[in-house]
Amino acid sequence: MMAAIEIQGLEKSYPSTFGTRRIPVLRGINLTVEPGQIYGFLGPNGAGKTTTIKCMLGLLRPDRGNIRLLGRDSNSLESRRHLGFLPENPYFYEYLTIRELLGFTGRLFGMSPAERKRRVEEVLRQVGLWGREETKLGKCSKGMIQRAGLAQALVQDPEVLILDEPFSGLDPVGRKELRDLVLSLKHSGRTIFFSSHILQDMELMVDRVAIIINGRLVREGHLDELISRSVRHYELVVEGVDEKAAARAGLSGERRDNRTIIRVETLEEVNSKIRAVQSVSGRIAAMIPVKLTLEDIFMREVGK
Amino acid sequence: MKILAIARNTFREAVRNKVFYLLLFFGVFFAFSSRFVSMLSVGDQQKVLMDVGLASIHFFSVLVAIFTGINLVYKEIEKKTIYNILSKPITRLEFVLGKFTGLALTLLVALASMALLFFLFLFVTTGSFAPRCLIFFGLLYIELLIITSLSLVFSSFSTPILSSIFTVTLYLVGQVLWTFQEFKTRLHEPFSRYVATALYYLLPNLDKFNVKNEVVMEMELSGGRLLAAAAYGVVYVAALLTLAVVIFRRRELN
Ligand SMILES: Nc1ncnc2c1ncn2[C@@H]1O[C@H](COP(=O)(O)OP(=O)(O)OP(=O)(O)O)[C@@H](O)[C@H]1O
Ligand SMILES: [Mg+2]
Repeated sequence: MMAAIEIQGLEKSYPSTFGTRRIPVLRGINLTVEPGQIYGFLGPNGAGKTTTIKCMLGLLRPDRGNIRLLGRDSNSLESRRHLGFLPENPYFYEYLTIRELLGFTGRLFGMSPAERKRRVEEVLRQVGLWGREETKLGKCSKGMIQRAGLAQALVQDPEVLILDEPFSGLDPVGRKELRDLVLSLKHSGRTIFFSSHILQDMELMVDRVAIIINGRLVREGHLDELISRSVRHYELVVEGVDEKAAARAGLSGERRDNRTIIRVETLEEVNSKIRAVQSVSGRIAAMIPVKLTLEDIFMREVGK
Repeated sequence: MKILAIARNTFREAVRNKVFYLLLFFGVFFAFSSRFVSMLSVGDQQKVLMDVGLASIHFFSVLVAIFTGINLVYKEIEKKTIYNILSKPITRLEFVLGKFTGLALTLLVALASMALLFFLFLFVTTGSFAPRCLIFFGLLYIELLIITSLSLVFSSFSTPILSSIFTVTLYLVGQVLWTFQEFKTRLHEPFSRYVATALYYLLPNLDKFNVKNEVVMEMELSGGRLLAAAAYGVVYVAALLTLAVVIFRRRELN
């Protein structure tokens, strides 16, 4: 199947202040987003997320590499027809109302008046701005601007959505609503590529994640794989062994009520501990694999 | 039509930015002028009023052209609203043409309103109607289109302050460009003559569009001259827009 987004060997540099040399910002990005995926693009400030996204939209010209959107070269106009884009910290014409902005966007896609009217109403409801569409954008709160930005990205019902920091400026309710909206878009077959550094939001919805640091992808994969391959340690909860017996059998750990919680690093070790527990007639109450969270992975990579 | 969508939005921005408040200034200014003129002897009234009216319309409309041209294009880039346009299936050519059309419409409305006020005051003060002034307005409109294209070119790569300085400078040079021909005959060194000739053909020769004296003094105006001016204007605007598109195509939007 044709990939929704395919980036190969993307490199981009900016001229230095005096233009004497070029500072590399993207140093060879490769990634593929399959249709119907929610793809998280994660990285610390200044890692190159926005630069990558601008290259995807033809706002910046890559130094090297190529980008295909739904199989079409990202420099072609056609590639943008089925694309919805929410810029980072979007700014819209202050003198327009939300409805006028969406109408204007519809016109840019060459939508017919009837279709425009229908879609504008639909997306207003989707982003929770229905009833507030006559507000001038200059008078909108940050969260409302963010929603308006999302609405204009959705107007032509795009196949692929590219959202740069869509969660910024949203309160917890807004974040939950955005997550639900993104999930419902996924269920109707859309592809969503978004950048963020809010890890919980990623963990709750993405299929795949790419972590970009300093212009390079340091991790890329299915969220489950990234996280489950990264079991940090196991916790064995042992019952029916008193403290002294436990110490003698080499089962030292944290005592809680009449249980001992033992931290074990490897599966081998788990098995040998289980045998030790049985030898003193104890019982395993639980074995918990303690996984890395995205945050742990992120912090570890950033720290390198 | 995508170009029209951009044009419509540009016009709407001009309206909501209260560009047309400038017309109020013109109205007040012209009302005072006609009060003053009505104290003159009847024979001179019409000529003086026409002279004052056309000169002030020229001044105010050039102001609108420079101000809106630079402001509306630069703001689009500076405030990054241009992302919302260029991330859609819109070419840079469509963007430039859309902006230009919107600005042209803004100038048309501004000029037409001032012309209407002018004819009204002229009629009320002197009881006469001077249809010859329409020739002046027609040529002035072409001049305004050149100025707005100039501002489009400059603001496609420069800051508003520099763009204003460039545009105003070229406007002023354009008013006196005809002197270059005189000037050239006094130059003896061939190189300087080439430069003078090149500049004469390159810079906008805005004097071609100023027929105020001919209109006011009821001097002969040949159709050939008007046609040549119009053709010059069209070619010049087309060249400037092409240049703006070339610059925009190369430009990255950070
Ligand atoms: N126009 C520019 N000129 C020079 N350097 C730039 C320009 N834009 C971005 N950079 C540099 O490129 C790097 C990547 O910037 P980018 O905006 O892509 O980061 P980001 O990952 O989106 O960060 P954030 O999370 O803060 O939005 C940064 O070091 C930044 O300083
Ligand atoms: Mg960014």
